[in-house]
Amino acid sequence: MTSPSNTTAAGCAAPDQSAPIPASVDLNRETVLTGIVQNAEGEPVGGAYVRLLDSSGEFTAEVVSSPEGVFRFFAAPGSWTLRALSRSGNGEAVVDATVGVNEVALAVSPA
Amino acid sequence: MSRDTALVSADWAEQNLDTPGVVFVEVDEDTSAYDGGHIPGAVKIDWKQDLQDPVRRDFVNQEQFSALLSERGISNDDVVVLYGGNNNWFAAYAYWYFKLYGHDQVKLLDGGRKKWELDARAYTKDVPVRAKTSYSASAPDLSIRAFRDEVVEAIGVKNLVDVRSPDEFAGRLLAPAHLPQEQSQRAGHIPTAISVPWSKAANEDGTFKSDDELAKIYGDAGLDGSKDTIAYCRIGERSSHTWFVLKELLGQQNVKNYDGSWTEYGSLIGVPIALGDEPGKA
Repeated sequence: MTSPSNTTAAGCAAPDQSAPIPASVDLNRETVLTGIVQNAEGEPVGGAYVRLLDSSGEFTAEVVSSPEGVFRFFAAPGSWTLRALSRSGNGEAVVDATVGVNEVALAVSPA
Repeated sequence: MSRDTALVSADWAEQNLDTPGVVFVEVDEDTSAYDGGHIPGAVKIDWKQDLQDPVRRDFVNQEQFSALLSERGISNDDVVVLYGGNNNWFAAYAYWYFKLYGHDQVKLLDGGRKKWELDARAYTKDVPVRAKTSYSASAPDLSIRAFRDEVVEAIGVKNLVDVRSPDEFAGRLLAPAHLPQEQSQRAGHIPTAISVPWSKAANEDGTFKSDDELAKIYGDAGLDGSKDTIAYCRIGERSSHTWFVLKELLGQQNVKNYDGSWTEYGSLIGVPIALGDEPGKA
């Protein structure tokens, strides 16, 4: 266990999505879902709202993608849906996550 | 209170950016969003730096709140329109503070930053200059704030509404899933609390659902309209969102926000805790 003084855990706002995974995060224990939001041309989409939905479709968390399009969640093993909303359009992806880092491709396109 | 008095639309906001006596305020935990672009004319309030006491574990008191708003150039008779990221969590938290300290006209911008962004409305990086005021906050209205002893006494008596995600309610996660999970307190929920995640009240674009939809959501979840209600989450900001829905949109009487929430309750010695998806017994 790490110190409870970990500043990212003090509130509920999203930590900086472009920062490296903090050294305090134990990847033998945490289930990290991460990836890049891209548009139809394969360009990264910053400022997208990325929503994490559980296996029943229930909203779990939301972050804003970094200028490089990066998003990251700390979840648990199991099936999750990632849904992105942006000025460039929306998109979603389903992932079966395991402990460790799970890379997810998330493309958005105009409706 | 009702939707007409407590909420403004993005269209209304855009048409009133320059209206005298209307002050837009962005409230966030991470204010880099404001610095990167905000609604034209909006001032910023940093939830952590500005709204929390720097020493005691509590939010700013009456004098500190008065000093903050004076410094930001906000008057007692201004119409304050709050908005922010995280689906307006921290804006709703600030709304609750403004009500607690007796501000007359305060409103939430429906959908907050997200709706503004998805609508592709304009941002600016210009920081407005507002003349200092002499803001005078009222004594705190404790009819909307719950403390821990009252929460323990409410088990099996009042409506307790846990607005965290289902996994946090059940004790499978200790924090929202965008945060690392290492925390020191116990997991679970307050026995007899019903689980109505805050997100049930919001559309995907961050706007609030209709009054009819909202009434059905809480009714179906077992909220008893004849009883007083206490809402809680982890640190009190998501439950401000639900407090806003129940008190300000649906007009329910006697709704309190327990801002100590799970970080306090889950660290108390000897209080009952329920695990799993069911409310549990008193």
